[in-house]
Amino acid sequence: MIPAAFDYVAPRTLPEAVAELVQRGQEAKVLAGGHSLIPLMKLRLSTPSFLVDIGRINNLNYIREEDGHIAIGALTTHHDIQLSELIRRKLPLLSSAASQIGDPQVRNRGTIGGAAAHADPFGDFPTCLLALEADFIIAGPREERTIPARDFFVDTFTSALEPNEILREIRLVTPPEGSKGTYLKFSRRSQDWAIVAVAAQVSLSGHEVKNVAIGLTGMGSTPLRARAVEQALRGKAGHDDEIRAAAEKAAEGTNPQQDLNGSPD
Amino acid sequence: MAVSQMIGASIKRREDPRLVTGTGSYVDDIPQTAVVHMHVVRSTEAHARILSIETGRAREADGVLAVFTGKDLKSEFNAPLPVTVCFVPDKKYPNHYPIAVDKVLYAGEPVAIVLATSRAAAEDAGERIDIRYESLSPVLDIEKAIEKDAPVLHEEIGSNLSFDVKFASGDIEAAFREADVKIKQRLIQQRLIPVAVEGRGVLADYKPFTNKLTVYTSTQIPHFVKVWLAVILGISESNVRVVAPEVGGGFGSKIRVYPEEILTALASRRIGRPVKWIEDRNENVKATHHGRSQIWDVEIAAKKDGTLLGIRPTQWLDLGAYCSQFGTFQVLGVLVAQGAYKMKAFDGRSVGVFTNRTPTDAYRGAGRPEATYLIERVMDLIARETGLDPVEVRRKNFVRAEDQPFTTLLGLTYDSGDYTITLDKALEMVDYKGFRKEQAEKRKQGKYLGIGLATYIEICGLGPAAATQAATGVSLWGMSVVNLHFTGKATVIIGSSPHGQGHETTYAQVASDVLGIPVEDIDVVHGDTAIGPMGMNTYGSRSTALDGNAVHLSAMKVQEKAKKIAAHLLEAAEADVVYENGKAFVKGTPSKSITIQEIAMAAFQTNRIPKGMEGGLEATTFFDPSNFVWPFGAHIAVVEVDADTGATKILRYVAVDDCGTRINPMVVDGQLHGGIAQGIGQALFEEAVYDEAGQLRSGSLTDYLIPAAPDVPSFELAATVTPSPVNPLGTKGIGEAGTIASSVTVINAIVDALAPFGVKDVIMPATPDKIWHLMHRNGGSNR
Amino acid sequence: MRRRVAVTINGAKYEHEVEPRLLLVHYIRELAGLTGTHVGCDTSNCGACTVDVNGHSVKSCTMFAVQADGAEIMTIEGLAKGTTLHPIQQAFWDEHGLQCGFCTPGMIMAAKQLLERNPNPTEREIRLGLEGNLCRCTGYHNIVKAIQAAAKVMAPGAEAKTPASVS
Repeated sequence: MIPAAFDYVAPRTLPEAVAELVQRGQEAKVLAGGHSLIPLMKLRLSTPSFLVDIGRINNLNYIREEDGHIAIGALTTHHDIQLSELIRRKLPLLSSAASQIGDPQVRNRGTIGGAAAHADPFGDFPTCLLALEADFIIAGPREERTIPARDFFVDTFTSALEPNEILREIRLVTPPEGSKGTYLKFSRRSQDWAIVAVAAQVSLSGHEVKNVAIGLTGMGSTPLRARAVEQALRGKAGHDDEIRAAAEKAAEGTNPQQDLNGSPD
Repeated sequence: MAVSQMIGASIKRREDPRLVTGTGSYVDDIPQTAVVHMHVVRSTEAHARILSIETGRAREADGVLAVFTGKDLKSEFNAPLPVTVCFVPDKKYPNHYPIAVDKVLYAGEPVAIVLATSRAAAEDAGERIDIRYESLSPVLDIEKAIEKDAPVLHEEIGSNLSFDVKFASGDIEAAFREADVKIKQRLIQQRLIPVAVEGRGVLADYKPFTNKLTVYTSTQIPHFVKVWLAVILGISESNVRVVAPEVGGGFGSKIRVYPEEILTALASRRIGRPVKWIEDRNENVKATHHGRSQIWDVEIAAKKDGTLLGIRPTQWLDLGAYCSQFGTFQVLGVLVAQGAYKMKAFDGRSVGVFTNRTPTDAYRGAGRPEATYLIERVMDLIARETGLDPVEVRRKNFVRAEDQPFTTLLGLTYDSGDYTITLDKALEMVDYKGFRKEQAEKRKQGKYLGIGLATYIEICGLGPAAATQAATGVSLWGMSVVNLHFTGKATVIIGSSPHGQGHETTYAQVASDVLGIPVEDIDVVHGDTAIGPMGMNTYGSRSTALDGNAVHLSAMKVQEKAKKIAAHLLEAAEADVVYENGKAFVKGTPSKSITIQEIAMAAFQTNRIPKGMEGGLEATTFFDPSNFVWPFGAHIAVVEVDADTGATKILRYVAVDDCGTRINPMVVDGQLHGGIAQGIGQALFEEAVYDEAGQLRSGSLTDYLIPAAPDVPSFELAATVTPSPVNPLGTKGIGEAGTIASSVTVINAIVDALAPFGVKDVIMPATPDKIWHLMHRNGGSNR
Repeated sequence: MRRRVAVTINGAKYEHEVEPRLLLVHYIRELAGLTGTHVGCDTSNCGACTVDVNGHSVKSCTMFAVQADGAEIMTIEGLAKGTTLHPIQQAFWDEHGLQCGFCTPGMIMAAKQLLERNPNPTEREIRLGLEGNLCRCTGYHNIVKAIQAAAKVMAPGAEAKTPASVS
């Protein structure tokens, strides 16, 4: 399984990388960690003739807190996110999801930017980023632009990125103190893609659910928000029966597909 | 280490230092200069006529040396690929050549080969071959395959039916008349992909002017491959050498002569250079045979006290597109379906059909997991129907120790075994009674625990030459040569061809035990047809029962000769010479001994040995035992099924196995661990799924799920030892026992867990999706 | 369209002009001649090709050699010091943690990373740490035992143990 031949460039700066994409047009693809793209290329299901490797661009691998939000560089690996003390404290949902992606070797190479741009409806990070209402900072031939998560995931394997654009940073509003989040993933084996998964971020005010965001993985052509569940929980005290009633609404607005692992039920 | 402790010693494997350091050589690791890479272009269609193959653009591509199609090569095949009798002498099957010519019959069948200076160039050129097909309707369903209007794969046969045979004994009608309990059940043995972690690979080097062919191949059967390369390619057998180097797992998937072995050798002969082909996983899932792929229908006659009266099993066997070399070996499943139990009548039937899918052949257990699945499900079905405990139903029907050697209704004779000893031990280990209490408690809390068991017996050894020739068409025996060198070191040549089983270590233990030579002074060599006589290779848990015992017998012969030489040197009567711990001495005077090393040296100083005796100290044995060997055991699984997700977790797995004498218990346990995990794979994860066009959907290890470390528990093993009376070491086989027992053990446990939902059977693989639906089929009202 | 790749593998420097499509595993096996790293699947599932790149274990079949330009790589061949096995190699041998041996180099490299990150793992942590490596022979039972044994030997303060010989 050898990929079809391609030419390759590894620019050192973001503008250079964008310039390469602009010059090559449709034939070029961005290579980050490579864990989505390389298997497809080996099976020759993807045959780009030009790869722009952004892996050598400096300053795209960081996690930092700045004025009320957390900024994550697009080349930050799953492993770095899993290990980040800042993320663990402020965005446990993301730590939780990071630790469940693929396997240790995959987490060492895979990047959050790559996972987001790949826009796999079975991917773990896209759902989390949707639930956390992330902003995507995008570099391109013109001025930088920001796309909110609800507009970023367009369809299966399709994000709002133009072919000549590169995702630079993911920006997340720091949840208030005491807000809690987790990622629950159901798969056949632990290293597999999710069959379904749920990303949840909840803020309480006293005993009352003040804010709640729930993302669903594998329930449609993009990651989804479980709006009906969120609505049913908001303002409630989170008693078991209330949660059960809310959970009944989880399937509303979803469209899961039959696959080798499960039926839509 | 004292010599007498060699049998039964868990010494570390000598194979391992090279393997843990990455310095062992699998086929793709063998250094070879000027090698040409072969890429096999495979059919993308499940069933089609080949209209044309345009190779011009590929021939012109960079680095390409040659492109061959079936038409180019067919005149060079002197014979089709081999097919053995395997229990069905009158089956119909087509001639199967290594490459398609007019018609393709499964997606993945070889259609053309490209030879190029690099693998990348070969693959690039492969994409430039233009093949036009006329698509035909694919046959993908075992039962529909033999319906009247089904498309026919092999016109010369006229239908997709290969055989429909009966194996029956006793009055089955009377059994059903006597029965209080009659049960019908369909059981599915889903299609499995063996997935040795090393795929196959071949390096062939044909030397034009000497006409000598050397082939390195990742195979379980180098000795068979040698014969068939000679026959098919018309080369003198003495000019063919086949080597199985390090082989990265087999599990039955490397048991047959494969098209690519022939094609690689033929390509080398055509272009006069060494040619290498290494199978990708992507190819492996389609081009290497699959296992199981059977439907079983069974009717059960029993009494309400749990007594089994008779069964009427029908095996519907999917042969795939051709009849593979041992394709009907799985019919053995019907022959041994009586299991560890007595019954009055058995009315078995096996039907073999062709479908447009990858051919099926032996996969770990081959027939015996199916038989065990059947009879152990039967036991649980009787228990469910009668309200008796599954343990008691088994006890009631067991063949008893005093019945041994027991002859089954179909005429097979078990060598030994008391099936209650392993069962009792396993029940004690798992605290069966305690578990039943806990299960009842947990059910009240909405937690669903289940316990399942299997008390299996297994036929293996694949031994007596006459019996195997009659049944399979191949005369099977064990082979060894034990050869002492001038300095008293030994080389042991074996006819088995291990690929992870540790024969280099365990057979050195066997020889050391007899000869008293330190185990590290004994080298065990295998898998090379250029050394020693023929061997019958490794499969069917046969090696230690056959070749291991052959090593023992050759060593005994060497010892006998050593005693003769010692008697001569000690000027004593041979009858007075004693041989112990590597020394010979005259009875009563052990202080005046001579060592085996001294004797070996004398054996090569022909003036020092008796007149008329041949020099050297070497013996060869072709070991032909009087019967097969019949290991047995009891496996118990405890599972928890999650009512919300349908996911199964194996909480405990207890296994008590009796494989007779255990030469190296550490190695025996290792075989069990792997076998159990593989059976768990079938029970919970694995299934080759085809779409309606005949394309394999589970075509990578992303979609075809084999168990990983988090998916299996640690195993709790124990052993009983009932030596086999049919070979001198008392050994039985253990390579497949784990797999034979574990699939049904886990399924019985899941069915037990789901009893409150009225579930009587779960189809493998027991996915969360299937289980969730079983739990919620009445809207969950059973909960 | 060839690109220059310079890497250090097990302390030795290598430099080659390669096609950008050359996978790191093929670079290691074919150009550096280190065949202990194996290929067991095409899809990054089996882990037989696991090596260390700049201190992180990666699947070398899912990385282009050009991406590793300038990297420090360690393969299975770099673990033993002369004929003295690394404690994990030794433990795999002692505990019968391998049978056919094909997955073993990748398994050992994954185990090495696991113990670097978690010197005293529980059984569950070991099993999860190996989730990217498939073995068809051992049922993982003795692999887990081997890693537990290696963890003991490698623990700070544990006495350096001399490897025992076969006998």
